[in-house]
Amino acid sequence: MGTKFKCKKISKGCVEGKVIISKDALCYYLVEPESGTVVERNHDLEGRNVAGKVLIMPSGKGSSVVQADGIYKLSQHGNSPLGMIIEHADPVLVSSAIIFEVPMVHEVDPEFYAQIIDGDTIVLDATNGVLEIKK
Amino acid sequence: MNLKPEHKDMLEGRYGEGVAKAMEIQTAIGETFDAKRMVPITRAHVALSSQDADLWFVEKMLSLGATCKVSPTVNPSIDLKYLNQHLFEIPKAGVDIVSATNAAYQKIGATLTFDCTPYLQQNVPGMGEVIAFSESSATPYVNSVLGARSNRESSQSALCAAVTGLVPEYGLLLDEHRYGEILVEVEADIETDFDYQLLGWCYPELYKGLEIPVFTGIKARPTPAGFMNFGAQLNTSGAVSMYHIVGVTPEAPTLEAAFGANKVKHRIKVTNDDIARTRDRLCRKGEKIDFAMFGCPHLTITQVETIAKTIAERRFAVDFWVLTSSLTKELAERMGYLDIIQRAGGHIVADTCIDVPPCWQPYYGKVGVTDSPKCAYYNEIRGIKFIIRPIEECVEAAIVGEVLQ
Repeated sequence: MGTKFKCKKISKGCVEGKVIISKDALCYYLVEPESGTVVERNHDLEGRNVAGKVLIMPSGKGSSVVQADGIYKLSQHGNSPLGMIIEHADPVLVSSAIIFEVPMVHEVDPEFYAQIIDGDTIVLDATNGVLEIKK
Repeated sequence: MNLKPEHKDMLEGRYGEGVAKAMEIQTAIGETFDAKRMVPITRAHVALSSQDADLWFVEKMLSLGATCKVSPTVNPSIDLKYLNQHLFEIPKAGVDIVSATNAAYQKIGATLTFDCTPYLQQNVPGMGEVIAFSESSATPYVNSVLGARSNRESSQSALCAAVTGLVPEYGLLLDEHRYGEILVEVEADIETDFDYQLLGWCYPELYKGLEIPVFTGIKARPTPAGFMNFGAQLNTSGAVSMYHIVGVTPEAPTLEAAFGANKVKHRIKVTNDDIARTRDRLCRKGEKIDFAMFGCPHLTITQVETIAKTIAERRFAVDFWVLTSSLTKELAERMGYLDIIQRAGGHIVADTCIDVPPCWQPYYGKVGVTDSPKCAYYNEIRGIKFIIRPIEECVEAAIVGEVLQ
């Protein structure tokens, strides 16, 4: 049993996987669909891979089109993130997550951020609003 | 959410599966942002993109029987015929996706304006009007400059709004969320349209939050192109859907009006040094170029005029593309600017976006010059390297084939 934290559902679903933490907002258009590697210059995650990970980031960024297209292309290649945990919800990222069925939550217990470390394994249960860090 | 009986019926499929799907997506968004109800819209703009996800979604909605209750204007696509005649034979995959996207939008009931500046022509909302606009330069423009009310819609959520004629009521639709929280004291000298590109890119680098910024220290009202550049970059470098400029934008006659009951949460200064740092990081050093490209967002007639006047009967050494609306192209022809640009060896192409792959394939891996950081940013993925300069300097560079400084 790991430690559990409350959060609020944006896009339903339940997944388990390793987390990757970004200090910067992410635009999925600047993630290479064939690999899941972030290619944006000077980005906190530049050169790292988001495929199959639970991505923790402040928010999304980028034009009204490119988030959806970025996530769509990643999912076509089987490289979309497993789930997302964000601080600031914006409608562009929210609608993309809902339409492409990537579980996503926000309004997370601040203690979660104090404990989580890049590479930890977690259960993201968006449907029930629960995060569990597996130690 | 507290849905009216009629809206519940829409969600439950009484008006068809298409409406039900749109409502399902919109109510999920509404619940994320604690919206209490759905409210009617009078206008919509969808950022059509002829990209895979775009076509997939509009065809999915069509297959469910959706049609638009409020006909949206749409973003640029590609003028296939023009590019075929003047650039290269567009690969079949490109022709197919562009043709299929255009047909699907026509079928669902969109108005095919193919222009990303609806707020300047064809779909201009008034103060207080509740609308659903996607397109990164449009959302800040309609909210900040015109005083209309739109959240930062995605192309998909804006299409849903066009189908239902409704939006969830949250965020920028409500008075209390339109006040500023971040005071941005601009000490830098911001005068030209290009300065607004840099300020728009710089601010989200200094502060990453989504709160509404209130800019002071802007000495003169920006031109429409200045406002357009500013919003496009604020919403690309960051996710700023609304800003105030004290003494300039309609909901900020004074600092007090801009902040309402809000306290100043953060105070950010933007100096000439900050702008210089953004310029150094973003704009790249001069080198030989293969082409020049303008129109992200679509150029205004004033910007086309600037290009024509800078050319002054010289000829370009490299390919030169001006992207604008069909109306502005026609006006450019009437004003003689089209002749000047064509005599120099350049093109004005209507209805077309810098970012509809694979229609600009001949430039993949090449070096271009543009006035738009947004154009440069979205082409990184295709290995197109853009040097960014003010329009006049871009024209000079295209004439000698090199960015000299």
